[in-house]
Amino acid sequence: MTAPVLEVRNVHKHYGDARILNGIDLEVGDGQAVVLIGGSGSGKSTLLRCINLLEVVTDGEIVLEGDEITDPRVNVDAVRRRIGVVFQAFNLFPHMTALQNVALAPRVVGKRSKAEAEERGRELLARVGLAEHADSYPDRMSGGQQQRTAIARALANEPRLLLLDEVTSALDPELVGEVLDLIGELKDQGMTILMATHEMGFAHRVANEICFLDAGMVAESGPPEQVLDEPTHPRLQQFLSRVLRH
Amino acid sequence: MSTMTGEFSPSDKEAWRRGYRRERKRKSTLVAILSTVGFSVVLWLAVTHSPGWKTAQETFLSGHEFRSDTGDIFRGLLIDLKLLLICEPCILALALIIAVMRTSVSPVLAPLRIGCALYVDIFRGCPMIILLYLSAEGIPSLRLHHVTNSALVWGAVAIIVSYSAYVTEVMRSGIQSVHPSQRAAARSLGLTQRQSLRLVVLPQAVRNVIPALLNDFVALQKDVGLISIVGAVADAINRATTDNDTNFNFTPFVIAAILFILLAAPSGRFADAYARRALSRQQAGVVV
Repeated sequence: MTAPVLEVRNVHKHYGDARILNGIDLEVGDGQAVVLIGGSGSGKSTLLRCINLLEVVTDGEIVLEGDEITDPRVNVDAVRRRIGVVFQAFNLFPHMTALQNVALAPRVVGKRSKAEAEERGRELLARVGLAEHADSYPDRMSGGQQQRTAIARALANEPRLLLLDEVTSALDPELVGEVLDLIGELKDQGMTILMATHEMGFAHRVANEICFLDAGMVAESGPPEQVLDEPTHPRLQQFLSRVLRH
Repeated sequence: MSTMTGEFSPSDKEAWRRGYRRERKRKSTLVAILSTVGFSVVLWLAVTHSPGWKTAQETFLSGHEFRSDTGDIFRGLLIDLKLLLICEPCILALALIIAVMRTSVSPVLAPLRIGCALYVDIFRGCPMIILLYLSAEGIPSLRLHHVTNSALVWGAVAIIVSYSAYVTEVMRSGIQSVHPSQRAAARSLGLTQRQSLRLVVLPQAVRNVIPALLNDFVALQKDVGLISIVGAVADAINRATTDNDTNFNFTPFVIAAILFILLAAPSGRFADAYARRALSRQQAGVVV
């Protein structure tokens, strides 16, 4: 068995007296999709921000393909190039067209020529089914189209790991499907994914492993059939009954 | 998404509503015209029938002065215009640099940050007239070698220094108005701090403060006239003062005022149009 793409070992994150993460351990293997579930404030977003080095961990270590990225001597820009991130609120650059959003990293980070970067951008937009929206500005696109553009942008550096932070929470129910379908396709193509979500049906279908976070710890984890269908932890049972009731 | 196409014919009720709105609009236009004309007539009569009107007219609105001085003052205005066109780009560039330094977080730039804060405090606090005297009269009086002693140049420096202190704060508020998530998105792509600033934050920041910058530009259009206090610069106000000194007639000042207003009016209209466009864009249901 090959080494995992991502290892999170005993990670803590405190903001002053608020202890958000209290010793998280998890692994994401090559081509696997690991789904984080848990109530708001359980630490899902904070964990993803720590992995992308947008937050500095209070303790513990995070290892990406064998490299400890929580080492303060590490080049954060180089680490971030190996990780793609998609945010809940899309965070597209409003002053750039879809194509410019997607071609920015290939041009600036990948040091490609303008023409090459645009060609790469068009490929990426075609991959998410938005080839004909290349020249649209974000404010002229639907939420689903914006989020698919954001996913294309996150793929621009050919990352080893994709972090998805509740990427469908800001979308109309009608538009959630198109974004989830795209994520399922990426998984099938071999992308390694760590995502926080409330879409239990999708998690059940696509995830290799589900981690239930509670009070900044992994309270229960395992394959979806086990965690979602036969939960043992009382907090998880309570959480699932609330999420699945409607 | 589906869109209905084809001929649309409004119902009788809608046709009546449209007619009613048209009628009401016609009425308000008529009322606006009548009230403007009526008000102007009353004002005109009140001024021309005041006891001192004859002398005031001769002192402030002399036709003879208008004919003899307008050309001269207009040539002075060209100096103000030149000053404006040279100062504005320098102000914008300097203000942007200082604003970026003030909002930087790098520990290496800490002394620069303090320096920039001092710069803003000093030059925004110091009255521009005093700054003009010190720079345009004081520096040439040092008779420095290899440095120009032109009062015009040192006057321009004073204007740039004073205005950039204000514009810096406008730029800074623009930078801070860009949501931190934009920076997070840029950094997540692997862009360095500098690249994120240049390609993602600054373009949005400047766009956000264009109305405020236009306002400062309009203010600068007349404030370049303050350079007239430096005797050696024959700008519009300076020439008006000279003309006034010869016969104590104040008409040249009125001429200069009219010319300055005509100069500022187009930018004022442009600023209004820009703000209107930005507003209508915001109301078009934009989400981001």
